[in-house]
Amino acid sequence: MLPVPDGLVAVVKRDCPTCNLVAPVLAELARDDEKVTVVSQDDPSFPDGMTVVDDRDLDVSFALDLDTVPTLLRVENGDEIGRVVGWSRDTWQEFTGRDALGDGLPEHRPGCASRTQDPAIAEAHAVAQITPRLRSRTVTLGSDEDDAEACFARGWTDGLPVVPPTPERVARMLIGTTRAPEDVVAVVPPDLVECTVEKVAANAVMAGCRPEYLPIVLATVEAACTDEFNMHGLLATTWFAGPVVVVNGPAARAVGMNSGVNAMGQGNRANASIGRALQLVVRNVGGGRPGEIDRATLGQPGKYTFCFAEDEAGSPWEPLHVERGFGRDTSTVTLFAGEGPRGIIDQLSREPESLARSFAWCLRTTTHPKIAIAFDAMLVVSPEHARVFREAGWTKARLHEELNALLQLDGKDMVRGAGGIAEGLPEVLADATLPKFRDGGLLIVHAGGGAGLFSAIIGGWASGAGGSQAVTREVGT
Amino acid sequence: MSQRVLLDPTGELAPTTRARAARPASLDGKVVGLLDIAKARGNVFLDRVEEQLAGRGLTVKRFAKPTFTKPAPIDLRHEIATQCDVVIEALAD
Repeated sequence: MLPVPDGLVAVVKRDCPTCNLVAPVLAELARDDEKVTVVSQDDPSFPDGMTVVDDRDLDVSFALDLDTVPTLLRVENGDEIGRVVGWSRDTWQEFTGRDALGDGLPEHRPGCASRTQDPAIAEAHAVAQITPRLRSRTVTLGSDEDDAEACFARGWTDGLPVVPPTPERVARMLIGTTRAPEDVVAVVPPDLVECTVEKVAANAVMAGCRPEYLPIVLATVEAACTDEFNMHGLLATTWFAGPVVVVNGPAARAVGMNSGVNAMGQGNRANASIGRALQLVVRNVGGGRPGEIDRATLGQPGKYTFCFAEDEAGSPWEPLHVERGFGRDTSTVTLFAGEGPRGIIDQLSREPESLARSFAWCLRTTTHPKIAIAFDAMLVVSPEHARVFREAGWTKARLHEELNALLQLDGKDMVRGAGGIAEGLPEVLADATLPKFRDGGLLIVHAGGGAGLFSAIIGGWASGAGGSQAVTREVGT
Repeated sequence: MSQRVLLDPTGELAPTTRARAARPASLDGKVVGLLDIAKARGNVFLDRVEEQLAGRGLTVKRFAKPTFTKPAPIDLRHEIATQCDVVIEALAD
């Protein structure tokens, strides 16, 4: 039910030349016994001599979902049955069923933007709509309390300062999604707490996100809280790993994520804050804190945030999300339980066979050269290394095949005691040939700056159904 | 100065405190559960514990988690709670 009466409804503003142009037409329609309601966005004395609905607060205009003024609508039984925008004599005549409307006026004139399209006004209106729906407990700060220090004092931070989650900031963050604040996104371990969109938004504020990042953050939280990804175990392990987020598809580009120079490093707000928001959700909503459920022996700096985009445009291969069954134009997040990245140098290989051997040797060292199958890995191939494969016509599948062949390891070198090293696999495997990675246990993505014959390995964690499996989720709205 | 208000970003849990089950003065007549969390060599440790307890005439029941990386399934926890008086869990590595 629209907040306007049945009949014709015209929405105008004095600040619009076309609205001034059509003002006599509105008076003309009203004189003809037509029920005409005029809604004025900026001045209740405009149009002169007419009774208007004062809509300076824009409640009516927002309810009518306007782009342009003048907009002429026809309302029947509380519902809109049609609208025309701007001024066009033919269209207005047809719409109103009149002849010879607007005598002396030009044939047509485009309208102006409705005030509801002003970004600052649209944002303020959305904040005003969302704020009363927020359900989180409010925390009132002491008059002498510094707000950043207050967040530290309440245990809400990862050790770095956070943006204090005021109701206004959380409401503004929620503009970034079409989802309702009270929607449950996931059940977050370790405390198994139902986490709402609002709670994700509060943590995204603290992490430094912009509202347009929120759908990506929501997808990361969903992916992290699946049984396959096993965030509980990943948090609790003494191993180094934490969630690594790879973003694919148009959303990564739309929010300005970095897939190029220093892709896995500092300096890009979206990369930094999306990964951080996930960690803050796990900490604050899930209750996963270092020294409590997080038992990492050493941890690693990627547990503050570890999120980057794949360089799809420059890649010789299909992107990660396409390989994992999604459309190229779909935006996704892929979560991988990973350590910090380690570098591979190979500045001399110009043949793909040689470069693949370099990769394989380095991949063998993940966790320990004498441990196989139990841990996955992600290989991040840089543009200069990717060029070697592109020029040789190697597909990603070919590289997977070649690496798999190169990483079939001789059990006698892998067993306990071999090489004078106690660590290794049980002796019964001495006669076996063992793959370094389980089937599907190696992920390959393309990222990085244009200079540097370096690639990276992100070592994984306990793999498969008994540990963590990479999870890809579509980014919603 | 206007009041500054933040929204609580936490799960807002108010955990209830539950008293621990009373410690038995003796294991005589008790059923002891041994939970293997599926960490390497946990079974070696629990085999020895079972041997010792059985040698004292106690009833011992063995349980195992499917994987050490995930919390014990609810059914397993229920099974242990209903069948045993005490439980020993092997956190080996």
